[in-house]
This record gives sequence, C-alpha cells and structure tokens, in this order.
Amino acid sequence: MAEKPASELIQIDLNPPKTDWRDPSINFESRRGTWSYPALAKNLTYLGFPNPREWSPAEDDWKLPPNWKETILEGIRERLLKYRSFHLFMDICVRCGACADKCHFFIGSGDPKNMPVLRAELLRSIYRREFTRTGKILKQLAGGRELTEEVLKEWYYYFFQCTECRRCSVYCPYGIDTADITMMARELMNLVGLNINWVMEPVANCERTGNHLGIQPHTFKDNVEFLLEELEDVTGVHIEPQINRKGAEVLFIIPSADYFADPGTFTFVGYLMLFEYLGLDYTLSAYASEGGNFGLFTSHDTIKRLNYKIYHEAKRLGVKWILGGECGHMWRVMHQYMDTMNGPADFLEMPTSPFTGTVFSNAASTKMVHICEFTSDLLRNNKLKLDKSRNDKFRVTFHDSCNPSRAMGLLEEPRYVLRSVCNNFFEMPENTIREHTFCCAGGAGLGNDENMEMRLRGGLPRGNAVKWARDKYGVNLLTCICAIDRATLPPLCDYWAPGVQVSGVHELVANALLMEGENERTTDLRGEPLAGFEAAEEEEASDA
Amino acid sequence: MGGMVSLVAVAALAAVALLAVEVGDLRFVVGVVVPGVAFAVFLGGILYRVVRWARAPVPFRIPTTIGQEKTLPWIRSANLDNPSGAFGVWGRMALEVLFFRSLFRNHKVEVVADREKVNYVDSKYLWAAAMAFHWSMLIIILRHFRFFIEPVPRWVLAIQSVDGFLQVGVPVFYVTSIVFLAALLYLLARRFFDPKVRYISLPSDYLALYLLLAVGITGFLMRHVEKVDISQVKAAVAGWTSLQPVVPTGVGIMYFLHVFMVSALLVYLPFSKLLHMPGVFLSPTRNLANNNRARRHVNPWNPPIVGHTYAQWEEEFRDKLVAAGYSLDKE
Repeated sequence: MAEKPASELIQIDLNPPKTDWRDPSINFESRRGTWSYPALAKNLTYLGFPNPREWSPAEDDWKLPPNWKETILEGIRERLLKYRSFHLFMDICVRCGACADKCHFFIGSGDPKNMPVLRAELLRSIYRREFTRTGKILKQLAGGRELTEEVLKEWYYYFFQCTECRRCSVYCPYGIDTADITMMARELMNLVGLNINWVMEPVANCERTGNHLGIQPHTFKDNVEFLLEELEDVTGVHIEPQINRKGAEVLFIIPSADYFADPGTFTFVGYLMLFEYLGLDYTLSAYASEGGNFGLFTSHDTIKRLNYKIYHEAKRLGVKWILGGECGHMWRVMHQYMDTMNGPADFLEMPTSPFTGTVFSNAASTKMVHICEFTSDLLRNNKLKLDKSRNDKFRVTFHDSCNPSRAMGLLEEPRYVLRSVCNNFFEMPENTIREHTFCCAGGAGLGNDENMEMRLRGGLPRGNAVKWARDKYGVNLLTCICAIDRATLPPLCDYWAPGVQVSGVHELVANALLMEGENERTTDLRGEPLAGFEAAEEEEASDA
Repeated sequence: MGGMVSLVAVAALAAVALLAVEVGDLRFVVGVVVPGVAFAVFLGGILYRVVRWARAPVPFRIPTTIGQEKTLPWIRSANLDNPSGAFGVWGRMALEVLFFRSLFRNHKVEVVADREKVNYVDSKYLWAAAMAFHWSMLIIILRHFRFFIEPVPRWVLAIQSVDGFLQVGVPVFYVTSIVFLAALLYLLARRFFDPKVRYISLPSDYLALYLLLAVGITGFLMRHVEKVDISQVKAAVAGWTSLQPVVPTGVGIMYFLHVFMVSALLVYLPFSKLLHMPGVFLSPTRNLANNNRARRHVNPWNPPIVGHTYAQWEEEFRDKLVAAGYSLDKE
C-alpha cells in the first residue's frame, strides 16, 4: 500500500451520509488495502472445507457453488436452532445507536457499515426477510433485504473487517455481541467457500503441524534451542529445553509466534527464565505447539478440532495441570470454550503452585492457569528476587488485549506484575483501557499486510491513546499479553505513536529477575543497554 | 423516508378507529373485540417467541466480562459486572433491567483531525431518556391498575398521589405523563437529527415511537381535554376483566382511539424489536456467570469432533522426529 501520512488518514467524518444503507455494492478494486486475500485452495482442500478454488474479490465472478443461496439459508436456519445467542441477537436489537461509535474500525474509517449495529444489520436484514413473518410480508418496509451475491460480497468485506473484540457488547443494553454475530456470519460464508487466507492457512498449518506457523517438530526444537542459546549469551545462564517430556508436572502452552518472531521471542525466553529460576517441573510440546486457535475466526467446529490437542497431549504426557502463556484469543478459547468442547479434564489435578501452595480454584474444572495469575501469586508471596531498576529505561504502559478483558476479566494480574517489576508504570486514558480497551485492529485473522490501511485506521483509537501516554508521561514501551498484539502493535505504534516499542509482560519480569549464576547484566534481554550502561555498551561496540 | 411511512401507518390506524366509531358505530368492535383479540395475540405472541428462544440451547457460556474476574483471593473482583456466581448474575441483571447499566457507560467519540486527537466525551442523554421513558411507562401502567382492581389497592393510590404531587389542574396532571411524552419526543428527535441514528433507523424504529406517542397523546387528551368520565371507563374495563363485556357508554372518541392504539401496540409487540422486553432476560452475554474455568458448561449438542491425534502427528513426522532426537510413543 502507498502509505498515507497519519495527518491525512485521520481526516475522518463520523457523520454518515443521508443515503440508504441497503445498497450492498462494494468496489473491491478501489478499496485495496482494506480487505484480506481469500483462502488458497490447498488450505481448504487439506481441511476438507467446501469450494476450494482460485478466486479474487476484485473480480466479478466469485465462483460460488450453484446452490449457494440455499446453503446459506439452510445454514442460518440450523444456527437459529442451535444458538440462543444468535436467535436472540437477530430479534432484539432496537437500533439505539449506543454501539455506533464504539468500534475502532468505525472510529478510524468513518465507514457507517462499521458501526456494530449496522454490521449486524447486514445479516439481520436477511434474517428478517427470510425467517420472520413481518419480513416475508412487508419485505423492505420491515427492514428486510433479498439475499443476493452482492449481499454476500458485502458480508465478506465487513465480517472480515470485524476483529471480534466485543467492545460494542460492553455498551449494548442487551449485551448483543457482534463477535458472536461475526462468528456466525463467517461460519455461513465458510459453507460456500468464502474465507481469508490469513485465517485458513494458520488453521491448516495448525491441524497438520500443531501450530499456526507450520513449524515442524525438528524446527520447533531448533528454535527453542537457538533462543535459549541467545539468552545464555546475554545472561550467562544455561537453560535446558524441555520438550515432550512425559511425567512433567505442568504442560506449558504458548502461542507459536512467541518462539518464532521478535518481540514475542523475548517474552518466550522470559517465561523459561522464570521457570528455570523457580525450578518448575514443566514441559513444552512440539505437538501441542500452539495455544492460539484460529478456529475461533472460522467456525465453532474448527475451534474444537484445533483445541483437541491440548487435553489430548496433557493426557499423553501425564501432566498434572496446564499453564498458559500470554495470548489473547487463545485465552478466550481456553476460558470460554475448551472445557465445554473437549473436557471434562478429569484426568488432571487441581492446579496448585508448587512454590506458594496456592490452589487455583478458579481453574478447578479446566485445570488451566494463566501465566499472569501464576506470576502475580509468586510476587505476592515474595518468591522472586528482583532488580526493578533493570527496567528503568522503560516508561511502561499496558494495553489490555480484547479477549482477556472482555471474555475473561484478567485485568489486575498483569498490572500487579508490571508494577512489581518496573518503577515507571502509567495508564492510558480511562476510556481506552480495561473493559473499554481498544483492539490492535489486527485480531481475528486481519493482521495481514494486504489489509494494512484498515489495520492502521482501526488502530487509530489505540494508537492515539499510546501517543497521549507518550506525550504526557514519556511512555516508550507498550506492554501486552497477546501474541497478535506483539505482531500488530509495532507497525501501529510506528504509525500513530512513533518511538514506542512493544513487549510482553514476562519479558520485563525476566529483565528484572536476579538469576543465580548470571553475568553482571549490562543489557536487557534484547541486548540493548540498561539505564546507566549506555556508554559502556557503546565503548564495547567501538572496541569490537 | 422510514419516518414518513410509519407516520402514515399510525395515522391510518387512527383514521380506521375514528371511522369505525364515528361512522360505522362499531363501538363494540373497537371497545371490546379489538382489545380482546389484541391482548390474546400479545400473550400468545410473546409466549411463542420466548419459547422459541428458550428452546434454542446455550451451547457456550459467553458472558461479556466487564471488570476484574474472580481469581486470587487478594485481588478484588467486580462481582456485579463480572459475576462469578448466581448472586452476582442476579445483581448484574437487576442493574441492567432496572437501571440500564450498560447504557450508562455510554460516551461519544470525536475525532479532532487537525489536532490528531480522539476524544471521549461523557454522554448520558440516551441513558437518561431511556430511563425516563421506561420508568414513566411502568408507573403509568401501574397507575392504570385502578381500572383493573376494585377496590383500588393502596399501592396504586400511593403511586397516584406521588405522581400527581404537583397538584396542578383538574384532574391533576401526572408528572409521568409529561415525562413519558417528552422522553419519546427526544428519542424520536434523535432518529431525525443525529446523523448516525438516522442512518441506522428502519421504518419499524419510527413505528414503535409513533405508536407509543399515539397511545400517550390519546390518553392525555382523554384525561385532560375530553375529561372522560372515569366511572364509565371503569365499568368498561370491569367488563373485560369479568369476561362480561359491555359497550362503553358516555365516553368520547379519545377513549376509543386510546384503546385502539394500545391494542395496535400489543399486537405489534411480539413481531417487533419491542421483544427486547422479554429478550433482555435471556441474553447469554449478560445472564451467565463468568465461572467458566471453575465449573464446566455442557453443550447439549457437542459434536463428536476429534482433531489430528498425537499418533497421526508422530507418524507423519516420524523421520524428522527421529532425526531431531525426540523419543517416540511408537518406536
């Protein structure tokens, strides 16, 4: 994309035109930069999904199956009977407009069909026309629309322009959850082969290799070993990789981006340093090598299919309980879906911290604990020796990721950890944090490069809040507990709040952690000089 | 456009009632048959819709969590916005239904382009208007019980005297009558003048407001302009409740219009967005506890899906696993 400067992109009018919204036509060609490429045939074929083919949204012919309309209508009928949420959300919206300016994509684009109420109406108008008596009789007057190919194309554009962040649901007087509606719309589109590659390739990879990135077991091991060697160079501490080890007490599940790309890798070694410090009896798995679950952005059946391997592997390895790393949508699945779909996990034991004796009774059934719960409990019980000043070069703020905030409520633990391991912590404005938090605009499979303009637009509210914290408090580090965030927030910050870096929470924990037998530390995990050591590092660099 | 169609529809309804009574002399039909049928449709329709919703299972426990969840004992949890048990859920639902808790969070977003700034401005107008409208409607409905119950219960008299505390006019003006109409007018004005709300509004959104306004206005005119004989109204209503209907005599046209508009509203309700009234109680993002990890939620149709098993994975990557020195389950 030819990048527009921020001052130009922010010229947004949030007042919709006076025209009728019911015209579905979209010119995909002229809107490049705001939509995602379709799924490659090989991925659909591998997964056994319908209608694998080569096609492009920019062309007229989308190569839909001949019976596409019946398939979609039958799909709606089936889901109305299976999901009370869907049926209810189709019926009870009063179009009060409370949600209208709560969506980051609307705020950043001014496109009125990004108002959550209207995004839902795209589907609701079909529901009214085909499934309600008033709609069948009164048609347009009852707010109904005919299901046409143009409508389907409009769905593709707008339901792959929702990150399922649930922010609108917070403000809705009936709790109507656009994420739920988007999930249904995507399920329906999947029935006729309308899906995006940034979702389906990770799904296909995950099914086959165990992780979204398609990393095979030998490479998994190489990556882990390589990262631990790099860590040893910085800290002088040797950590033996723990992979597929039967009989370990804890199975540690992480998003694959953590052992694949910066800055997630620093969070990854951060976790492992903490475990080494503690002497935790844990193992990683090369098979269950993905905590994330792009099934969430595909269909409920796909969530279950990909999530299957977590309990399956826990049982095979004979662990007692499961610990999960920093990842947003992964935790929506682990918290709200896993136990229902693939439980009960009656072969596991009540998660108990071996170091503090704390029983995590809030995870009594799933047997899976969030790393921030685990670490904040350690800190509360003074189990970690820390040098907070090692994080003094950072002026830190915290981005609440959508799912831990609005599908779980994990708000205090990461803050407790951050306040415990660094001296300079500041909050962003109240309307942009905790349950009000704004999405990175790259979740739900939209974090691809071809969609960059829309990501930057949707990233405006978050980016603007970061800029505010940067200008007011001198914040230079945006921390988060989500792997997608760690991938999508850096370009967002570069654009809207230049000079702010992105990291995970456990990277800062490891920076501050006083390991036995470590070198005298002059750099952080990234190999960048600590506060007060800048000159020494420069000398060393010039010596070399 | 949508506003016009609905206005015409409501005007047409009023005209039908007017003609039926004044020209056709169908007082029995408008005064007895129509409300009777309307009430039956209302009850049957609501029941049908609620049963249909209730028959659809809730496969997943998907509350929208707002505030801290219950985890470690030393971390304070937001038990009313992120409830961990039944007690909290009841509290959350009560706040939602009685005080429109979620709407209270509303704010308005402004993008100030030349300063590159996104602003959040507190905005409680919608909440205030919604509260004013719904609460005054509830009080008005309760006030109407003086027609339904004989002798008039003390709580109805108490509501009446508080509502009429201004002691202005004969008969006394009730505060809720004014608030009800004013709130409706505000909600209607939003649909016309707020560009976002205008854009999303359907004909049915205006229709609901016009119907309610018609009910309110006819009621107001009947009481304060036509000064209807209350005892006659009471006799007519007693006819309904005792199932020995009588054609009301000694009441003016406003009575019939009022009854007809209420009937139209009752009939419309089960087929419209006004279903949010029973619907709000069933919303799975609000009425479930966020105790997912502590207590298993069962999906009655949980499909028998098995993913790629470890054994299949090991077989597929056998050579690479061996080369990388993994120990295998099946040597």
